[in-house]
Amino acid sequence: MNRPILLHTDRISKTFPGVKALDGLNLQVRKGEVHAIVGENGAGKSTLMNILSGVYAPDEGRMTFDGKEVFFKHPRQAQEAGIVMIHQELSLATNVSVMENVYIGRLKTGKLGFVRYREMEKACKELFDRIGIEGIRPDQTIEELSISQMQMVEIAKALSLEAKLLIMDEPTASLTHRETEILLGIIRELREQGVSVLYISHRMDEVFAISDQITVLRDGKYIDTLRTAETSPNEVISLMVGREISKSFKRQYGAVPSGAKPILRVEGLCAGEKVRNVDLEVYPGEIVALTGLVGAGRTELVQSIFGIDPRTAGRIRLDGREVRIRSPRDAIGLGIALLPEGRKIQGIFADMSVRENISMAGLRSFARGLMLMRKKEARAAEEYVSRLAIRTTDLEKEIKFLSGGNQQKAILARWLLTKPRLLILDEPTHGVDVGAKAEIYEIIDRLAQEGVGILLISSELPEVLTLADRILVMRSGEVAAELPVGEADQERIMKFATA
Amino acid sequence: MQALVRLARQAGRQKEIPILAALLILCVVIAWMSPFFLTWQNIFNVFRQFSVIAILAVGEGLIIITGGIDLSVGALLGLMGVLGATLASLGWPAPAVFVATMAFGCAAGTLSGLLITKVRINPFIVTLGMMSVARGTSLLITGGMPISIDNGITYLGGGHIGNVPVSVIIMFIVAICGYVFTTRTLPGRNIYAIGNNERAAKLSGIPTDRMKIMVYVIMGALCALSGMIVSGTLDTAEPAAGTGYELDVIAAVVIGGASLSGGKGSIPGIVMGAAIMGVLRNGFVLLQVSAYWQVVTIGLVIIGAVAIDSIKNRSANA
Ligand SMILES: Nc1ncnc2c1ncn2[C@@H]1O[C@H](COP(=O)(O)OP(=O)(O)OP(=O)(O)O)[C@@H](O)[C@H]1O
Ligand SMILES: [Mg+2]
Repeated sequence: MNRPILLHTDRISKTFPGVKALDGLNLQVRKGEVHAIVGENGAGKSTLMNILSGVYAPDEGRMTFDGKEVFFKHPRQAQEAGIVMIHQELSLATNVSVMENVYIGRLKTGKLGFVRYREMEKACKELFDRIGIEGIRPDQTIEELSISQMQMVEIAKALSLEAKLLIMDEPTASLTHRETEILLGIIRELREQGVSVLYISHRMDEVFAISDQITVLRDGKYIDTLRTAETSPNEVISLMVGREISKSFKRQYGAVPSGAKPILRVEGLCAGEKVRNVDLEVYPGEIVALTGLVGAGRTELVQSIFGIDPRTAGRIRLDGREVRIRSPRDAIGLGIALLPEGRKIQGIFADMSVRENISMAGLRSFARGLMLMRKKEARAAEEYVSRLAIRTTDLEKEIKFLSGGNQQKAILARWLLTKPRLLILDEPTHGVDVGAKAEIYEIIDRLAQEGVGILLISSELPEVLTLADRILVMRSGEVAAELPVGEADQERIMKFATA
Repeated sequence: MQALVRLARQAGRQKEIPILAALLILCVVIAWMSPFFLTWQNIFNVFRQFSVIAILAVGEGLIIITGGIDLSVGALLGLMGVLGATLASLGWPAPAVFVATMAFGCAAGTLSGLLITKVRINPFIVTLGMMSVARGTSLLITGGMPISIDNGITYLGGGHIGNVPVSVIIMFIVAICGYVFTTRTLPGRNIYAIGNNERAAKLSGIPTDRMKIMVYVIMGALCALSGMIVSGTLDTAEPAAGTGYELDVIAAVVIGGASLSGGKGSIPGIVMGAAIMGVLRNGFVLLQVSAYWQVVTIGLVIIGAVAIDSIKNRSANA
């Protein structure tokens, strides 16, 4: 592997108020290699990528790209040099069409400066075909898409630019198995063409499936670069956390007491096109997972249970009693919590503090009349920050300054704090590192043991297989199969999901 | 030591400090150019002048924090003054005039709020329409002529407690209430959440529509209060009173650190923003800047404040 070096950083440092995000970092990326960057939440991965792609300027250090020393003042300059980045958080304009998003900043125009929509649509369609994206029309607006479809558009946009170095910051965090496979295929093809890829992910299986080299960061420092072929996930993880980790999570199955009534019973639920005649039950202490391909209607199903999307037919019973849920407010009042997917769009209050973000859904329990009891609120937030090991300098920091995984943990805390009877989780560990995932699984497990009913959507199959008691496979809005966890595996699930 | 770190951090987060600094610099400059600026008489004058802008800015601030806007404040102020004066001329006692005018203000706010949340019309358009409707109604009621008021209600605008004008006291009360509301109450927290991310707010169980209507109702009430103060100052209700106030008010809010994209802003900052506008206007008079230049300058100040906000936003999101 003696290909020429494409990118070289020399002692790059970056400090934010209260945190040294990067500390004298050296990194070498060769031409045509897939180079994975791993590290715990808050290790500095996104910060490094933001520096490479011209979003932030480093405080110290130098960078050589393609044989020349470079200093980017603006992402556009990095793009012109051939560095393209897919950001961790979605950056699409939501009320604009897919194709305009893909070609943003370089809309195809005719002689008179009018945008040539037809040409653009054709090019966009060709791009999607080439990449293997199905089910998205170039003229749809972004807000009509699901979070994972948005992610695919984001990827397509990056691929439509001619890149020498493509940076992907957790591109698969909201993708299911099938789309992940498609993406990995594309990356392999790019590598053949001599494009280098910097690939950030918390999913070790992907990192090992795709990368040539793995660089580990910890607390803003460079730890080591390993050849993928010569290392193992365990070695990488222990380098990430800085110690041997021994315990792995194992669920404590509590048997559902016979004769127990289901906490949630859904009968004949229909909502729009996406949810058709769904029946399902969740018993106290049970974790039920919903799987399926993107677009199978999992998110729509839980959103209609929670009162976000209107239901067109069907009944919902809680503890045997029929309930009317017309808004999330009703649902919360009944003891239901929904952690939604897509934290940037549906989750975070960017300019508000970590404390305010954590307490938002349970705020009424911190109010006497209309007045807030701020001490009590701060204590509760503090408790969850330490329980979930949310990495922040203090509670009053604006949440937008937290790393992606830590934002996710804060939003999970928001819903745990409401102490629900029925907890619905839509991609709960989106962007969360390996260690924190185990912590979260333990918390979920403990809730189940306490008798909370849990409905889980996750695109990560290992997560589903470790946590769930029962797995429901959805296909085009219907429940296509139900598998007890003992009988479920990748193949059987895919068979029902696609049949 | 830790307490010290925390204190330093808190001070670093006080976004009002640059605004306060700007206000002080402005005062020093004007005081240096005109010795009259720092006389007691003029200081009370400045306070009285900007008290109405500050009261309105508190309401406008709440609206802008939710991500909305209200262009009708000046026109509503005029209309409310006229309505109050009309009731007074019918011989209503002052408390009744007060309550009824406040109720009119709340009703006008409810109407805007309902149009925005239930009919889903853009707040810019709704309040632009309201502005025209309110101004037209004032002219219809009065036939374009001022109504003179001979009623205790003028105490709000003309009265003094000791040396201090009542309107200034009202301003402080409104500001303190606004401060407590935004920092210590449940609905206050909710309006920031709505301005930050309305969808996430709804998913967190916040009754977003109700909260949005509420801020327009508060605005309506504050317009009524201001209308009575302005007409009380001169013992006359002018149908044209408050013309153009929306600009000063929105400028005060933006200078005070709120963002037109919502979710940000503090009441102390907003009141200081109003003070900056008041001092600026007073300075123009003292320094005998021509009225035409005043108009131009105020426009530039507004554009400048919004530009700073948008540049700040851009660098934060980059
Ligand atoms: N704009 C910012 N202002 C202040 N602090 C920041 C900012 N951006 C990042 N940080 C801090 O820098 C550290 C590194 O963050 P970074 O986003 O690079 O982590 P990461 O490795 O990408 O983590 P994750 O896996 O959670 O995405 C964190 O402690 C974070 O809070
Ligand atoms: Mg990151």
